[in-house]
Amino acid sequence: MKKTTAAIISQERIGEGIYSLWLGAEEIAEAAAPGQFVSLYCHDHSRLLPRPISICEIDREKGAIRLVYRVAGKGTAEFSGLSAGGSIEVLGPLGNGFPLERGGEEKKLLLIGGGIGVPPIVELAKQIQGKKQIVAGYRDALFLDQELRAAGKLYVATEDGSIGTKGTVLDAIREQNLEADVIFACGPTPMLRALKEYALEKGIECWISMEERMACGVGACLGCVCKSAETDDHSHVKNKRICKDGPVFLATEVEV
Amino acid sequence: MISTKVTIAGVELKNPVMTASGTFGSGMEYAELVDLNRLGAVVTKGVANVPWPGNPVPRVAETASGMLNAIGLQNPGIEVFRRRDLPFLAGFDTKVVVNVCGKSKEDYCQVVEALGDEPVDLLEINISCPNVKEGGIAFGQNPKAVEEITRAVKAVAKQPVIMKLSPNVTDITETARAAQAGGADAISLINTLTGMKIDVHKRMFALSNRTGGLSGPAIRPVAVRMVYQAAQAVSIPIIGMGGIETAEDALEFILAGATAVSVGTANFYNPSATVQIAEGIETYMERYGIADIRELIGAVKDQPGREVSYL
Repeated sequence: MKKTTAAIISQERIGEGIYSLWLGAEEIAEAAAPGQFVSLYCHDHSRLLPRPISICEIDREKGAIRLVYRVAGKGTAEFSGLSAGGSIEVLGPLGNGFPLERGGEEKKLLLIGGGIGVPPIVELAKQIQGKKQIVAGYRDALFLDQELRAAGKLYVATEDGSIGTKGTVLDAIREQNLEADVIFACGPTPMLRALKEYALEKGIECWISMEERMACGVGACLGCVCKSAETDDHSHVKNKRICKDGPVFLATEVEV
Repeated sequence: MISTKVTIAGVELKNPVMTASGTFGSGMEYAELVDLNRLGAVVTKGVANVPWPGNPVPRVAETASGMLNAIGLQNPGIEVFRRRDLPFLAGFDTKVVVNVCGKSKEDYCQVVEALGDEPVDLLEINISCPNVKEGGIAFGQNPKAVEEITRAVKAVAKQPVIMKLSPNVTDITETARAAQAGGADAISLINTLTGMKIDVHKRMFALSNRTGGLSGPAIRPVAVRMVYQAAQAVSIPIIGMGGIETAEDALEFILAGATAVSVGTANFYNPSATVQIAEGIETYMERYGIADIRELIGAVKDQPGREVSYL
């Protein structure tokens, strides 16, 4: 974990309100793993809190990380105005990523991203070993689909049915009769909830990446907890810190 | 050679910069980013007699130059804290201040007694948390209750006692005097100001607790004013806090009458803030030829010929 001033290598708009930002941050790129995130700080000092953004791609050779995010408020709107030559304060890598060791040559994997939960699936798909079936759910227009296609077999679901299966990622999984030994997923809470239920019913190991409003990003403030099934080792109550103990959890460990 | 040492109830701090309770855990999470040996003291997250689960999420929301929190004092309870957090802090050359929370006088006393023989330098009694239904702020808003709890805690405490006061009162001097009357060795202020944020798009409260405690630079002028007022009302040392992010901010509090300062919300966006403030205070002292920081405590002056008396 390192707080550093990162150089902006490039930024482009890759969809409606979706931006792709490459940052030069050698130490973060060196240490980062799929499913981890970074905290980005605003230049406008009236916005104090860092914005947690998941890591989409890691390029160790160039010492760079790629972040793909949606403009959701004033902070991310500020980030979308950054361009090559500029800089930004960044802290990371933060949290625990996806457990790559749960993959393996012989394993059938379902790598699932929904909406702005798609980005971390890109680096996961690049690094994990196994038979990779990637399912990506979108409202309408696709983004990062080229990167996903390059890393495995891609199945798409769109809410309006304009591309791929009409409906959710789960509709696509059922329509295509996709089987899996392990599920890895990132996306909106209703999607994670549905996947947790599906995995329980089918007896599939399922790892999900959670999200919550954060302040410190390092596990100190206890702002971003989720309910856990068992009393947690750190908190000694049934709460886990999403920033520090997650954001990736075994679905059965947490309440979604 | 300049001296940044200050003393609170006989406990000497190498510099007046401390962390503010609840923003720094017990230092473990930040130790990778901050050299705890550089701090005057680490003030821990509030600890109760038993584990508290805290409030439902969302627990935090950003506001202009500030933030609201309604964590609800989630903590693992005194037993775990003793076993895990105190041995960790004992490994550093800094003073340890344990923040104590409770829902009744008995709760506070139980924790204070349990800490009697532990490596703890000072106790800070949190009677001002706005996010718990019982205890907390309910005690901190009533001078009589402040005095009573102070007296009860003092009767069992082996370490000096700091009472942490709420700014959610009409007259801060009343609760400050009550703490002193109850035998407090020091007071700390301000805790957060109760606030509310509404998400107009969802038409929902931004926090599940509806209200939360406002902190950050937005509250600093209120905090400086209250520290100044309290300093006129009591003779015990004051620890000032509220939106401190730079050495100049810290010096405002010291000039207003604080012996030491706590840095809270700034840790979230600048983990080096505490160390930078300690260094910045030295730079200021060198610049103005101040040999001993104690010369600055309460040293604010009126504009010449413009003395006022209404504060």
